[in-house]
This record gives sequence, C-alpha cells and structure tokens, in this order.
Amino acid sequence: MIQAQIFRFAQSYAVLVLIVALMVVLALLSDSFLTGRNLLNILNQNAPLAIMAAAMTLVIIAGGFDLSVGAIFAMGSVSSAWIAVTVDPYLGLFLAPFIGLAFGIINGIAITRLNVHSFLATIATSLIFKGIAVVISDGRLISARIDEFIWLGRGRFLGVFNSIWIMVIFALLLTFLLTRTTFGRRVFSVGGNEEAAILSGIRTDRIKVATFAIAGFAAGLASIITTSRVALGQASAGQGMELQAIAAVILGGTSIYGGQGAVWRSLAGVFLLALINNGFNILNADPFFRDLTTGLVILAAIGVSAIGQTRR
Amino acid sequence: MTVALSARGMTVRFGDVEVLSSVDVEIASGSIHGLIGENGAGKSTLGKVLGGYYRASAGTLSVFGKAVVRWDPPSALAHGVAIMHQELQLVPYLTVAQNVFMGLEEHRFGVLRRNEAARLEALMETSGLSLDPNAVTADLSIADQQKIEILRALAREARVIVMDEPTSSLSNAEVAQLHRIMERLRDEGRTVIYVTHFLDHILETCDTVTVLRDGELVRTRGAKGLTKGDLVSDMLGGDKAETPFPAKVRPREIKPLFEVRNLKGAGVSVRSLTVGVGEIVGLIGLVGSGRTEIARAIVGADPVAGDVLLDGVPVPRDIASATAAGLVMVPEDRRNEGLVMTLPVRPNITLPHLRRFSQSGVMAQGCERSQTQAAIERFNVRPSAVDGDVSRYSGGNQQKVLLAKWLQGDPRIVVLDEPSRGVDVGAREAIHRAIAALAASGAGVLLISSEIEEVLGLAHRAYLVDRGSLIEEINPDEACEAEIMHALFRHQSLQERTA
Repeated sequence: MIQAQIFRFAQSYAVLVLIVALMVVLALLSDSFLTGRNLLNILNQNAPLAIMAAAMTLVIIAGGFDLSVGAIFAMGSVSSAWIAVTVDPYLGLFLAPFIGLAFGIINGIAITRLNVHSFLATIATSLIFKGIAVVISDGRLISARIDEFIWLGRGRFLGVFNSIWIMVIFALLLTFLLTRTTFGRRVFSVGGNEEAAILSGIRTDRIKVATFAIAGFAAGLASIITTSRVALGQASAGQGMELQAIAAVILGGTSIYGGQGAVWRSLAGVFLLALINNGFNILNADPFFRDLTTGLVILAAIGVSAIGQTRR
Repeated sequence: MTVALSARGMTVRFGDVEVLSSVDVEIASGSIHGLIGENGAGKSTLGKVLGGYYRASAGTLSVFGKAVVRWDPPSALAHGVAIMHQELQLVPYLTVAQNVFMGLEEHRFGVLRRNEAARLEALMETSGLSLDPNAVTADLSIADQQKIEILRALAREARVIVMDEPTSSLSNAEVAQLHRIMERLRDEGRTVIYVTHFLDHILETCDTVTVLRDGELVRTRGAKGLTKGDLVSDMLGGDKAETPFPAKVRPREIKPLFEVRNLKGAGVSVRSLTVGVGEIVGLIGLVGSGRTEIARAIVGADPVAGDVLLDGVPVPRDIASATAAGLVMVPEDRRNEGLVMTLPVRPNITLPHLRRFSQSGVMAQGCERSQTQAAIERFNVRPSAVDGDVSRYSGGNQQKVLLAKWLQGDPRIVVLDEPSRGVDVGAREAIHRAIAALAASGAGVLLISSEIEEVLGLAHRAYLVDRGSLIEEINPDEACEAEIMHALFRHQSLQERTA
C-alpha cells in the first residue's frame, strides 16, 4: 500500500526527484556547483528556453505541437536587431514579441482552417518564417551593440538578471491562465476530448489559435532576451530550440496526448536538462557523452511516467 | 460431456481492487455459455481471463483436460481459444481476407503468395459465413466486421471463441443473424462463451449461463426454462423483480414550452415536434434511424435549416447560446462525446457553464466547488469526491456525472440520447428517477432510447423515428414492445421497396 503510494508519488513528480538527486550528486562532486552564482547563471542562460517551454505546455495540453517556435525565435532575433539599428532600439525590443504573436496566429489559422495536424502545418510554416528571417537579414549578422538595446539581456534588477524576472513573471502568468481562468479550462478540455468540448459549446478552433499565438509571443519574447544579450540578430538563431522545448515539456510529465499537464513541470524539465549540461561543464567531463546522457535521462523519465499508464 | 475450459479459484486484481474473487467455472465443450452480471460484476473480466487476454492473479485453468501454466493470447490461440473483443481488433485499411489471415500469411522465402482470397473462399464454404474477400474492412458494417473476427478465429482452428459484448452496436436483425452463427458454431462442436448484458439474448441462445455479482460467482445453471426474472434476481441478489419505472406524473394541462418546426438537413427532416411543460416525449427508432441526428440538430450541433423555439422565442443555433437559453443535450456516448476523461469531476460538470462560474474570465472556484458538491449529492455519484478521477468511475457513475453536467443550472428542455446505455441496474433506476423528477419540476424532456421498454415506461407521448423523420405517434401506455418493433420493421421494408 505505502510502496504503491511512494511509487505513484515518484511517478507524478519524477522530474523533481531527478533534479534533487542530480543536485545532491553535483554538490558532492564539486564545490563550485551549489553557489548562488552558478545557479543564477544556469537560470539566466536557460530563461529563453524556459519561456518557450512554458508556452509550449499550453499548445501540447490543447493537443497540438509547435515545431515553428525555433523559426519564430530566429525571426524575432533578426527583426528586433534590424528595427533597433534602423529605427529605434526600444521599438525593436517591444515589437518582436508581437511579431511572434502574429506568426503564432498564422500557425493557428493554418491548422484550424486547413484542418491539418499541427505537426505538419508548423513544419511548413517554420520554413516560411525562417525564410523571411533570412530575407530580412540578407543572410548576414545584424550587429546591434547599442546600450539601449543590450540592457535587457545583460542587466539586472535587484541583483537578479532581468531574464530571470521575465521568465518567472511569464511562467506565473501562464500558470494563472491555465489553472484559474475559463480559458485554461477550455485548453484542457480541447486536448482532453475535443468532441465533448465542442458539444459543451466551446469554440475549440479559437482556443487552439490562442495557444499557438501564446507560443509565438513567447518565442518572440525569448528571442529579444538572447538577441540583446549577444547584441546580434541572426537568422540561424533558435535552431533546434523547438525540439528542446518539446523535450522539456514531456520530460516534466505533461502528457504528449494532451489534456494533462502544468507549466511548472516544463520549467523543471528545462532545469533538469540544464543541470546535466552544467554538470558536464563543472566536472570537466568528456562532452562527447553529453548528448548520450541527456537522451538516456529523457528516456528514463518518460519510461517511469509511462509505467502503469498503459491500461488507461 | 467433455469440458472445454475449467477454471478454479480465478482471481483478478487491478492494483488494490479485486475485480474477480475466486471464481470456479466449467465450460462444456460444444455449448453456448453465457456470462452475465451487472456492470462491474466481473463478467467481461472473466471472459478476458478465459480468453488469455488478462492474466489471473491467482487460480488454475485447464483446457480440454490439460492444465495450463502460461496463459496469454498466443498460448490461448495455440490451445484453440480465441477472443473477440468488444472493440474489434481489425486493420481498417486491409481487405477482409488480409485481416482474416493476418499473421498466417502463406509465403515463399518471405514473399507473400497473395492467396488469401482463395483460402478465405474455402474457409467460408465450410463455415457458412459469407463476405466479399476483397472488400476493404472499413467499408463494412460492424456486423460484417464481427464475421471477420469469427473467420479469423476459425482460420486459427479455434475450438472456443469468447465474444465480449458482441451485440452492443448491432441492430435487432443483425443480432438475430449473429445468434444463428453462434448456434452453427456450436452445432459444429465448437464452444462459444457469450459475455453480454442483454438478458433476452442469453435466454434466446445459451445452453448454460453463469451469473456473477460483485466479482463473485452466484451460480451456473442450464438456461432452459429460465426467465428474465430468475436472472435479474441472481444478478441483484435479492428476489427483486425487474425494476419498475417511476410513476408517471402527467401534467394536468399541457402548457406549450418547446417547438421544432421544419428542421431539415444533416440527415434530419422533422416537420413539427412539440414538448410541453413537465412532459416527457419519447423517440423510438432502430439503430441508424436518425434518432441521434435529430437530437444533434435540435441543439445546433449540426447545421440544419428550420426553427427551434423555446417559449415561442427562437433559440440561437449554437450550443453555447442554446445552453445559456436552457436547451441542452445529453449525448449518447459518454466516453467520446460526453466527458473529458483527463479532467476530474468538477471541471467536467461545469464545462458548459464556465461563464456562470467565473468573473471576467477568472474561475470562482469556491462557488464551483459547492455547486459541484450539490450536484454530486443530487445524483448520488459514487465516489463522492468533488475532484474525483472520473475516468476510473464505473459506467453508471460516469453517466450520473454526465447527467449532473448537463442538468447543472436547471435547463428548461433536455434532450436525452440513450441515457442509460451500458449502466448497471441500480444506476439505471437512479437515472430513471432523475428523469421523472426533472419532468415533475417543470422541464420538458425529449427521451431518445433504443430500449423501447424504457421509452414506454417513462414517456407521456412517443414517436416512431425512421430516416430522420417522425413517422407515427404512439401512446406509450397502450402500445407494447412487439407491436412497435413490427411497426418499425414494416416501415423500414416499405421504404426500401419504394426507394
């Protein structure tokens, strides 16, 4: 009885258990791991991915996938730097998330109007978005070394990086949206049983469009943090981030079939992946084993949460 | 008499729950053996254990006199025991012949010989079943797809076939046909284990019947000379006769409440249909007669032309507005259309009424909780947790949650599509009481059911339905089941002749 309860707990909180275990191991192996500086650095570096994973959670709970957020990130990077250089730095930072929002809406409309699976639609749109980014940047890097632009990615507020503040506020906002609002309820119902949602009077297409819009906005928001940090807009930015974000969401325990999940889980997923990376760095371990280890951890976490769920 | 299967002390546990406790049963070779019981009594579980689909937690099994240790689908098949699941396990894109011989394909060095069609012809000749070998499975009716499953079992030389609720989506004619097939299988010396909750079907075909209650064996006996009452009292435990319907409260005068005019489109053609205050109006039709389509058209789930009036005022043709106006439909398929199984009870119940439980988009969770609590008590849902995991509830309790969902906020007119499908006797009674109470409180009810008895027992007025139209009004207090069946079939054949 008690054993079963412990197992069930471990199942639903597998990602947290893994994080704690990994932190204990790293703290024992290295003095430089458990320092405020190292931990803040990990968070700072991974804030853009965390923001995208948080929004991806909503898309996946609603039963979708967004493979275009990496391309939207690239688009945000190029357009924010370009606007910063040619028009105004603040305007560049301000507009990029809304460009992402617009692209997200395009994704949502393509999916619901053409009635195709989001997987296919976003593969296509990611090429389009990436193509636009290449055209705008003319294939070159756009340098934006302007103080009014780089403050966002490099600055701190109350001693903590701006990026961490943005990540925390954004994640709290999405958590509130998902757990406390009618919109959140509708997101869960669309992913859990679309037919029942339709018969309950929910305009499921609108809900889906909204989740993709949020994912697009998040990708734009993440891109300005990175772009202002490196002071460089480039069309190759964000490559592969869509898969990392999806991996983090699934690693956190959100159901890939939709209808179940939470934003904090995705943040934990991002943090777990980051810890593995960080462990390799501070232990000076052979980086050739990094991908291998990451893959094994993801597989283990998915395996644990899948046990006992096959009958449902 | 040889014994095909003999089980001793069969026990099945899922987690902490014992769904089958130490059941002893012997299945005679060359017989049709019925397994019955209420939902959750363990009849389906026993069928699946005997067929090798579930693993027993304890107990021994012998097959044709030989004790077996390993008992899973491959070894069951090797011993000549096949199972036909309620959800058919066919590949929809393959042909009939390809499905029948899946896994048994003849090949030369791994290259298929593609002779399935010819092999199937031979198999059909000996079994008396006939299908087009080259038809694509997805294009066939459920009844024909079941024939594929039976042929598949025969292709594997099965001597015992377990059929799990095979008739749940068949029309009456198809049920009769399946029964003939089962009898033919028996006459060839094969054994059929027939799991069903239709007592009539058991009495019509079975030689022996085993009744289960709460996972335990009640008894096994010959089916000859038994009545429905005998089986029901075994299933329920007391000497309760078949459940009576709640008394009909007839409204003293029919005050107009709801009217449908000239509904046309999406397979529906209804010229006029009215429901008064406190009235229960029944719709009776065969499977595929357009009953469900009428229900969907009325609430605006499918786009149709025509007028739907509540108190003489047109109801907007989208579900959200219809719900707000007090017109709701309880859909027939709780798993696919009714409940969101990934969510707990509370969000399920309030899903169509989110606007009432929120302020500027933010959920008022306290109010939601207390209203859900009240609904759970009103419908006596078990377990009674506000945030219980509805996916683990029994069919009857899921159906009560579904009713609670749609009767939240006291709608004025309720369309019920198969409100008691696949629920146990206790839940069925509770649902019937709830329907009667709903009408007594002044709501109008449109009751759609494939169980004629249910409509006759509850409705004040009723219509026969065919091809999405109302074809005849009947008086439920005077009509009898047999008459109605005849009328429906007569009308169907008339239509076929003129068509």
